[in-house]
This record gives sequence, C-alpha cells and structure tokens, in this order.
Amino acid sequence: MSEVFLKLDNIKKSFGGVHALKGVNLEVKLGEVHCLAGENGCGKSTLIKVISGVHDPTSGDIYIEGKKITKLTPIEAIKMGIQVIYQDFAIFPNLTVAENIAMNNALMTGTKTMNWKKARKIALEAMSRIGVSIDPDLLVERLSVANKQIVAICRAIINDAKMVILDEPTTALTSKEVDRLNEIIFNLRDKNIAVVIVNHKLDEIYQVAKQLTILRNGENVATGGIEEFDRGRFINCLTGRDIQEDFYRPEPSDQEVLKVENYTKKGMFENISFTLNKGDVLGITGLLGSGRSEIGDALFGLIAVESGNITLNDNPITINSIQEAIKNKIAYVPEDRLTQGLFLKRSIEDNTIAASIGKYLKNFKLDQHAMTEVTNMWIKKIGCVAASSQVPINTLSGGNAQKIVIAKWLNTNPSLIILNGPTVGVDIGAKADIHKILHDLAAEGVGVIVISDDLSEIIQNCNKIIVMEDGKIISNTDSSELDEEKLAKLLTGTVMAEGGVANE
Amino acid sequence: MNNDKVKQILTSNEMIVACIIIGLCIIIGIVNPMFVGQHTAINLSRAMLVTLIFAIAEMIVIVSGGIDVSFPAVACISLYATIKFMNANSIDSVLFAFAMSGGIGIVCGLLNAILVSKIKIPPLIATLGVSSLLNGITLAYLGAANISKIPDNVDSLSQQFIYTYTNEAGIKYALTVLILIPIVLYILAYVVLKYTMLGRGIYAIGGDKNAARIAGFNIIKIQFIVYMTAGFLAGIGGMTYTILMRQAGPQSLMGAEMMVIAAIVIGGTRITGGHGSVIGTLLGVTLIALVQNNLIMLGVPTHFQTFIVGFIIVVGTVITSIRVRYIDAKPKV
Ligand SMILES: Nc1ncnc2c1ncn2[C@@H]1O[C@H](COP(=O)(O)OP(=O)(O)OP(=O)(O)O)[C@@H](O)[C@H]1O
Ligand SMILES: [Mg+2]
Repeated sequence: MSEVFLKLDNIKKSFGGVHALKGVNLEVKLGEVHCLAGENGCGKSTLIKVISGVHDPTSGDIYIEGKKITKLTPIEAIKMGIQVIYQDFAIFPNLTVAENIAMNNALMTGTKTMNWKKARKIALEAMSRIGVSIDPDLLVERLSVANKQIVAICRAIINDAKMVILDEPTTALTSKEVDRLNEIIFNLRDKNIAVVIVNHKLDEIYQVAKQLTILRNGENVATGGIEEFDRGRFINCLTGRDIQEDFYRPEPSDQEVLKVENYTKKGMFENISFTLNKGDVLGITGLLGSGRSEIGDALFGLIAVESGNITLNDNPITINSIQEAIKNKIAYVPEDRLTQGLFLKRSIEDNTIAASIGKYLKNFKLDQHAMTEVTNMWIKKIGCVAASSQVPINTLSGGNAQKIVIAKWLNTNPSLIILNGPTVGVDIGAKADIHKILHDLAAEGVGVIVISDDLSEIIQNCNKIIVMEDGKIISNTDSSELDEEKLAKLLTGTVMAEGGVANE
Repeated sequence: MNNDKVKQILTSNEMIVACIIIGLCIIIGIVNPMFVGQHTAINLSRAMLVTLIFAIAEMIVIVSGGIDVSFPAVACISLYATIKFMNANSIDSVLFAFAMSGGIGIVCGLLNAILVSKIKIPPLIATLGVSSLLNGITLAYLGAANISKIPDNVDSLSQQFIYTYTNEAGIKYALTVLILIPIVLYILAYVVLKYTMLGRGIYAIGGDKNAARIAGFNIIKIQFIVYMTAGFLAGIGGMTYTILMRQAGPQSLMGAEMMVIAAIVIGGTRITGGHGSVIGTLLGVTLIALVQNNLIMLGVPTHFQTFIVGFIIVVGTVITSIRVRYIDAKPKV
C-alpha cells in the first residue's frame, strides 16, 4: 500500500478579482503517476505553483507526508522533495548546462561558494541517470527546446526528489522524444517517486497516467483511476460537452487558391510543389529538421528562397520579405509563440489588433471602440478565458495566450494563413473550436496550411497531407487514404533511415 | 569536440577585443615609434585607473539585469562632501577619506536599491532621477567651486609610486600607488562573480528573474547588494579621482557614464543582462582609453578625436549586438 505524499484540502487562490482556484482537493501517492487535466485557464499551473510555494494560497490547507504546512516557500518545497518542471522550464539561458542542473542543489544546501567541478559531476550523473548526454559546458541558450527540457528534468531529479511535477512537458517534443520522456517518468515512478503531469493530449495521458484529476474553472470535476475514464467520459469531464472527433471532408472544388512550384532553398527543402483548392486544409508534417517549419517560414518571407514560383488566387507573387508577405495578405502563426508571436506585457487587445492596426486608423485616430469590440468578439469566438480584453498577456494561462496569437492573425483577413503548431498547449475543446474556424475560412476560399507533428490533429483537421523528409516531399495524398498508424509509419520509416541522428 | 572549444575561445568577445587592441598598438607603434615603451603603459594605466573602478561596478549592475547611470553623481557628492567635511574639521587621514566617501556612496546606492528593488521603478529611470537629485543637492547645499586644498596626508598619496621609469631623455614616468585599487577590485570581482553563489546569483537574476525566484534566490537581497556595492565603488572611485587630480570638483565626473557603459558593452557585456565578464570589461576600458589617449600620436587632429572615439563606440557596440544575433540564429544543439 503506497502512502499519500501530498494532500491539498480546499485550496483557493485569487489574483485580484480573478478566482483561479475555487477550492481544489488533490491527493497524490508515492510511486504513482497522477495526471492533472483540464481546459486552458482552469488553474492547473496555478495549482502547481501553490504546491511549489511560488504562490501563497488565499485559503486552504497543504499536507505533505501527513504534516500540515503553514507557510511554503520555493526553497522549503524543494527541501521537502518537491520538484517542478514548469511550462516555461524556468531555467537560466545565460548559464551553462552544468550550472543549471546543479544550481538547486547548491541553493538547497545553502553553500556560499560555487564548485564548478562538482557541478559538472552532478550534471553528468543526472544525465546518465536518464540516459542522455549534453555537453555540460554549453550555455543553455544554445540548446533546442527538447534539450532545455531535459536540463529541467535533470535539475529536478538530482535532489532526492519525492515528487516531480511536470507542467505540459511534451508540447515541444517529437513523438520519439515523448517516448523517451515516458521512459524517464516510469523510471521515476519505479523509484517510488510521485509524478504529477499536466497534459492536453489524451493519448499521451493514457500512456502514462494511473490516477486522474480533472479541473474545470478552478474546481474539481472528477477524480479516479484512469481505467474509470473512457475517451468519451474524459472529454465530457474536461469540457462539459461532447465533442465529435470526426474528420474534415470538404466539398471538392477546382477553384485554385495557392499553387507552389519547385520551391527550393538549398539545405532546407528542395523542389516543393503543391496546390491548394478552395475548401482545402493542407497539413504538412515530418520530423524535426525535415523542412516542414522552413516551408512555413519561407512562405512568410522569413527565409529567402533560391527558386520557385508561387501563385496566389491566380496572381503570380514573390515573397522575399515579411512586408511582401503581409502585402499579399499572408498570415503566419509561428512555432515559438512566446518569443515570436506576442507582446507579453501588453493587453489582449493590443496583441489582437497588432497585425491589423491599419484597419482601425481613421483620420489619424485609432477607433478605440471598434478595437475593443473586435477583441471581445475574438475572445468569445476562440474561447479565450480572460477577465477582460485589457489584461496583459502574461497573466493568461499558456493555452489562452496561444489562442490570442491565432486571433491576431485571423483578424488580418488573410488570403492565406499558415499555422505552425497552431494548437500546441491548447485544450481539446478550444482545439475543436479553432479547427472549426479554420474549416470555415477554407470554405470561404482562404488558403489554410497547418504545419504540425501532432498526427491526430493533422489527420482530423486536414483533407490533404504532405509528409516531408530531408527537405523533400515523400508523400502527398488525401487524408482519406491515411490513418494515424499509416502516417506514423511514414514518419518512423524516416527515423529508421536516419538512425541515431535525431539524438544529436 | 575539442576543436569546437578552441573555436569558441578564438571567437569569444574577449579575444576579438584583445586582437583589436594589439592591432591598434601595432599600427600606432609603426606610425609613431615613440609610442613603444614602458611610458605608454604607465600613462595608460593612470588614464584608465578611475574608469576601471566605475566600469567594474557598472558591469555588475548590468549583469544583474539593471543599469546605474547615477554613479558620476554619486562619486561627485561623495568626494566633494568628504573633502569639505575633512577640511572643515581638520581631519587628515587617508583611511577616513575613503571610508567616508565610500560610506556616502553606499547610502546613495541604498536609495537606488530601494527604488529599483522595492518600489520597482525601472532602473534607468530610478538612477537617472537619483543622479539629478544628488547633483542638485551637491550644487545647492555643498557648493559649486572646485576645492584645491586637499588634506596633506590624502594629497601626498598622489606622490607615492610603486614603480618609476626614466627614459634616455631623462624624463621620469611613475606609476601611482592608486593603481592597486583597481587591481585588487578586479581580482576580487573575478573571484566573487565566478566562485560564489552570490556571484552566480547575480548572473542568474540577470538571465531570468522569474526562474531565479523560483529556484530560491533572494532577488531583493541580491539587488540591494549589487546597487550598494555600485554606490560604494562610485564613492571610492570619486575619492581616487580627487587624489589623482589633486582637486575636488562638485561636477568633475558628471557625464562619465556614457564612456563607461560603452567600454563595458564593447567588452562583451550584454546591456540586457546576464552576460559579462571581468576580463572583457578590463579589455573594453583598455581599448577606449587607448583610443582616447593615443590618437594624437597618429596625427589625428584634436577635434577629430571625439568623432573617432564615438565611431569606435558605435562600431564596437554594433559588433557586439550582431554577435548576439548570430549566436541566437546558430542552429541549436
Ligand atoms: N499572475 C496572474 N495574474 C492574474 N491572473 C492570473 C495570473 N496567473 C494566472 N492567472 C489566471 O488564473 C487562471 C488560471 O491560470 P493557469 O495558468 O493556472 O491555467 P492552466 O490551467 O495552467 O491553463 P493552460 O492549460 O492554458 O496552461 C487563468 O484565468 C489566468 O488568467
Ligand atoms: Mg498552464
């Protein structure tokens, strides 16, 4: 019989007038993988920050190993064996891998000096424990997202952790890296460590979780063993409604929207050709480095191509800069939303109209009223949970911030919209809403391209699918001819061929 | 692997600046052989001395994610008040001079720290405000005239040398004992920044304040230490300048901030915080001092020198920021 490590009783937390948590209960046992699920903004990250001592709860009790804790500070929580890998990792880009990993240990023991040799040793040890190797002397700013996360995990496991919390750890990982992460999680579980994991992807939850707690609007909705939740009940508990997970099958049309011919940028992609008709939603997938993201970057003028022709709505166009792309009404939702997509300290409204500000300029004055109205329209349409259109982006939950990036570009009335990983970190209900919006746009004759490595998203949301490998198209078919298994095979075929390269 | 590290060192900012310094020395030496010799090193050391003190303090502030443009004003009020007080009370002690000047500096630094860390005013605005406040106080309450009467013992320090050199023509060059101050400071700063948790904490809060808070660093404490240290060093720098110039001026150092910050940035410190090294700062100050003091040997007319110095600052800072962008764009591992 495993023992309860953490018990939360009626935890409440408000930020000013926003009640993020309205009385949440949670019980986590040692040696179990406990999944925390819920829609964007339901309070998962806030709950985690309460557990780790970053936020003081407004009211409620925290028990750790049966003992009631009155005041929990971050360092206190670490001392009790609670380790968190935050949604944004919270690591130091300007310090080395070794230092990042060893830092917590040094802080915890209260040492006043920095021992570089020891730090390197601790780092190597932690990395070997989970079977990875990164040069410990590299600066973390030089690492890929996946490796940054590994640094965060290594940092979490060095201090005899009793509980490891992972907040949406797989958002930036490829499926192969997810497998590796799952192994790490099982490894922790087998060492009798309690693991709490937040994830929006149901399939991944089913792979690892044993226990499930679902929140909605800052309250508990359901809790129990994973076996008590089939997909239908799970979705219903998450969203409070039933969502059909059916496939997108538009009316066939021969009105051509976009035609790309022999698009080439040496070293990134070569001879890329495809067409997009009215109603089409094109999915482009492939492994990291296959060129899938680069095509999106190029179509938005971020990368200058060497050759190739583009025809948009029967007009031949060239795109050599972002300005040209915008002039041709091309919109792009970038992959790295936090750095490329948003002004984090500005309000939702400022961000929503950021790419379409010209529309609201009348007689040298901004039409404040119209701006607020359109922002509120998007907040509603895209299902963003926010107190008002004037709150700054950095007070939104991760998934809600992502929705604003999409709203910002939709508001430009594009002729072609390219979305790179559009629903990363977005909950299943909002995902369905966003897909619906995209399908409606496609039906109106807007070109829609979705770049993603989330295979179920691609299969359900797109009617045409391109698979890339090494900068070339290896498959271009209708989605009706594919299913997730076949698509995965196409991709893993690539993995085999590449051997261990992806590990570099 | 090893190749990679060699390449990393060769393309580091420090290396680039060092090469520019050496190249510049060679050019000046070829054009004007008079440049070559110990006297140049001695002159340069004297010219850099005070800037070095200010620069290390400013670098630490910038690494921590802040900026302090008040140090010239802090230095001026510290040195001027101290000399005035000592003259009025007939105190004549070197130790007292430095202690009082540094002490006033600490109080000014405390004010900066409270504004930045507690009241959370952006550092540039806060220190700009403190700067004009202090300057106003100095002029309004302490006086506007330069004081050339420095207490004897304090003044005599300017005539103590640790090294003298006489050239063939019989001209004597002497290295002031005050050079020990920056030497000790730089060694101390190097050790503290690299080998103590306080030092690493300064880098950590400059890199990501939120992450630092979550990791358990006491950000407020670190910021207080940083700004108070900067204030202290401004006071010490001010007193050093007074002794070197044998005169206490209430405005003598105003305007020094631009050159100091430029030297730091050329030395590889990122103005956005989190990155910067002691050696880089030393090199940055050296480069600017070299240009400022030796252009005349290249036959550059005086009025043209300001332009050249400005030009070097622009080019230097541009190179640094291009480097940052290049690092950002490099493929991730
Ligand atoms: N610092 C803050 N100030 C004001 N409101 C906040 C703050 N942090 C979070 N909130 C609000 O609290 C609510 C819960 O946010 P939280 O980040 O916990 O959501 P989440 O469940 O993690 O969502 P996601 O799945 O999108 O990450 C949101 O409505 C958010 O806007
Ligand atoms: Mg979250």
